[in-house]
Amino acid sequence: MVSGANRKKDTSNHMSDSETGGRAKKASPEAAKAGERPDWATGLKKLYDSVVDEPLPDAFQELLAKLDDDEA
Amino acid sequence: MSPGQKSKVRRTAEERRAFKRELIEVVPHLRAFARGLCGRPDMADDLVQEALLKAWAAQDRFEPGTSMRAWTFVILRNAYLTDMRRNRFRGEYDETVAERILTAPAGQEEPIHLSDLHRALLTLPPERREALLLVGAGGFSYEEAAEICGCAVGTIKSRVGRARAALTSMIEGGEVPDRSIDDPSAHRAILEELDEIAAGNGETEHIR
Repeated sequence: MVSGANRKKDTSNHMSDSETGGRAKKASPEAAKAGERPDWATGLKKLYDSVVDEPLPDAFQELLAKLDDDEA
Repeated sequence: MSPGQKSKVRRTAEERRAFKRELIEVVPHLRAFARGLCGRPDMADDLVQEALLKAWAAQDRFEPGTSMRAWTFVILRNAYLTDMRRNRFRGEYDETVAERILTAPAGQEEPIHLSDLHRALLTLPPERREALLLVGAGGFSYEEAAEICGCAVGTIKSRVGRARAALTSMIEGGEVPDRSIDDPSAHRAILEELDEIAAGNGETEHIR
């Protein structure tokens, strides 16, 4: 897919935005730990990307091809 | 993204081709979002097909140059909420399919099982789940997510924060329910949120 590189770049920018989330940084060790990106956050991204990277099922190709025939 | 904002302009053939090209490009993202929303891959794909047909039918309302992904996510989301209200998704979760699809490729060491994560995700109230999916997985900014969900940026931040806290405590505390639907408290939470949504809160403009 042509848009692949753009999408990845786009996504990573947004991710860093959302991770900092405007939260003020605190010095205490506990706060530092809480501010760390939890393991599951990477997993969540991975879940999403794993579906994005799946080949499109035939049903979608068929549906997209059909859209042209419906031209009014 | 409001309906009457732009008068309906009949697109040129070139614009329609561009629309279709962009629409095709976002299909994988729609599938990923839908999978996260409703859990069952087959139902998620049905939902995406429904959203694609609606997007195609409503293409004159798409403003070229704006985000196709955000625009189609709104359509997908509305289709999902409508189907939820008709009880099409009863929080069903196909364990074996999920295991097959969600486990990491062999050889990759995972700190947590993705299937556990997905199950935990499905116990979240729908509004928090979608907020987390948009921001934490889809890479949307809080502002974009707020636009998609038709709510204030602060609301999205709060939903994402609550979703993150819930997942962290479930996963770090090892309290991921075996099956989301068997967890009465999670199920109740989902039903309560649904009542909210059914009452008209939380749904953005319908694109028919």
